[in-house]
Amino acid sequence: MIPIGTVKWLILVSSKLMQRYSVLQLAWQALRGNRHWQPAWRDAELKRSYEVVVIGGGGHGLATAYYLAKKHGIRNIAVLERGLIGLGNSGRNTQVVRSNYFYPASSSFYDHSLKLYEGLNHELNFNVMLSQRGVLNLGHSEHEMEMLRRWCNAIRMNGIDSEMLTPGQIRKLAPPLNLEGRYPVLGGFIQHRAGICRHDAVVWGYARGASALGVDLVQNCEVTGFVLGRNGVRGVHTSQGFIGAERVVLSVAGFSSELARLAGLKLPITTMALQAMVTEPVKPVLDTMVISGLVHAYVSQSDRGEIVIGGGADAYNSYAQRGGLPQMRHVIGAVVELFPSFSRLKLMRQWAGRVDITPDTSPLMGLTPIEGLFINCGWGTGGFKAIPAGGDTMAYTVANGRPHPLICGFRLDRFGTGALIDEGAAAGVAH
Amino acid sequence: MLRIPCPYCGLRDEPEFTFGGPAHVTRPDSSVDDETWTAYLYSRKNPVGPHFERWCHAYGCGRWFNVARDTRTHEILKVYLMGAPAPELAG
Repeated sequence: MIPIGTVKWLILVSSKLMQRYSVLQLAWQALRGNRHWQPAWRDAELKRSYEVVVIGGGGHGLATAYYLAKKHGIRNIAVLERGLIGLGNSGRNTQVVRSNYFYPASSSFYDHSLKLYEGLNHELNFNVMLSQRGVLNLGHSEHEMEMLRRWCNAIRMNGIDSEMLTPGQIRKLAPPLNLEGRYPVLGGFIQHRAGICRHDAVVWGYARGASALGVDLVQNCEVTGFVLGRNGVRGVHTSQGFIGAERVVLSVAGFSSELARLAGLKLPITTMALQAMVTEPVKPVLDTMVISGLVHAYVSQSDRGEIVIGGGADAYNSYAQRGGLPQMRHVIGAVVELFPSFSRLKLMRQWAGRVDITPDTSPLMGLTPIEGLFINCGWGTGGFKAIPAGGDTMAYTVANGRPHPLICGFRLDRFGTGALIDEGAAAGVAH
Repeated sequence: MLRIPCPYCGLRDEPEFTFGGPAHVTRPDSSVDDETWTAYLYSRKNPVGPHFERWCHAYGCGRWFNVARDTRTHEILKVYLMGAPAPELAG
């Protein structure tokens, strides 16, 4: 029998510290009727100044704050979120994580991200449900197969796993796929370490981790302007008043160019709507992720059984956060050609996010011409997979005042010098 | 779905059209400095609100024209011919 004093002490300690999630904790909470779970992060009170202010409470902003506090010892940080944590693109993406990029600058960065994802459960003490089920790219013509071989070899040369597959191997891997339909499948390549990862868990895990390290997460706090002094940033005006900070990180997908404009900075970004959709849940039918660059559609099955479907962005500029019907029809038309059995499923939800697309579809990261103002934006249609590395490298950049070696290629001035990293052209689709 | 009033054919559905990016981007003289040239190549206005853009009635008359459209609501505010200056929008 445990003495009652010890129990009281345990309750006191567990209410002071962040609750560690474990089997023991689960049992302990269950025994007490699950009435004593703590909120995952503190409701922070806004201070008037901080050492670092991160604008944007999505995955990238939260991860930046987390790694600043964890690896660089800077804990006087606020993350300002206009709406609620994780309700922007961090909660609207299709959960894909992969590092099968063509150019070395991209593949080294994204593989760093994938490696961080592989250790994220332990890092954050939060189950992010990483499922390395493989991402399979299909080839539909001899010419496309040649390009896929070139792409696959480039990935291998970059030191990342990638393997060409024959139609026979693909048939085994994805039984519902129609190999002889309107879009015949002549082969493909797969990255086995790629897969999907629960997006909300990544956001909540970083928010909880950052909050436990002393970072203030402030919701419903919109930045309305910047105060710039002779030596750079002095602070930001917000809907909750002025907040002083000499280092500010801009990390807002969907409004990057508008926010940068408030600081007098022009970004080469076009904002568009990217939509995704899920069907009703069914029993497991597809345990890998399938992408077709030709028809620009991709499909996976979530842990809940829904078929998750995505494609390219809508064609025109949009801040509406909703996708158009023509693009939706195009994507679904392609998917039911590839997976005829899915035509029987009912579509349950369709939604869209605002994506900031750069001319070369690679992100804008690092320093800006304004001292103390850092950017991490322009992720276009693929920012989720980059969250851990985006946070890690931005934290380094902010702490040291110089770009992390992995993000040197993503600097803002590359458009002037012509050093583009054109992954959109390399893959034949926008990323 | 957008319904776009083609100035030559009248009101048609979005799939008949292709989007041609921002209107009124003028190619500068080749003697300009690198900064101006980079801005011409890559910098776009990307406004929240009215956006002046080009559309082509690709599966209709095949002709190009300009559209003023609100990027928040997708409402088409004005349609005007190629070569015409950007219109003044009320409100």
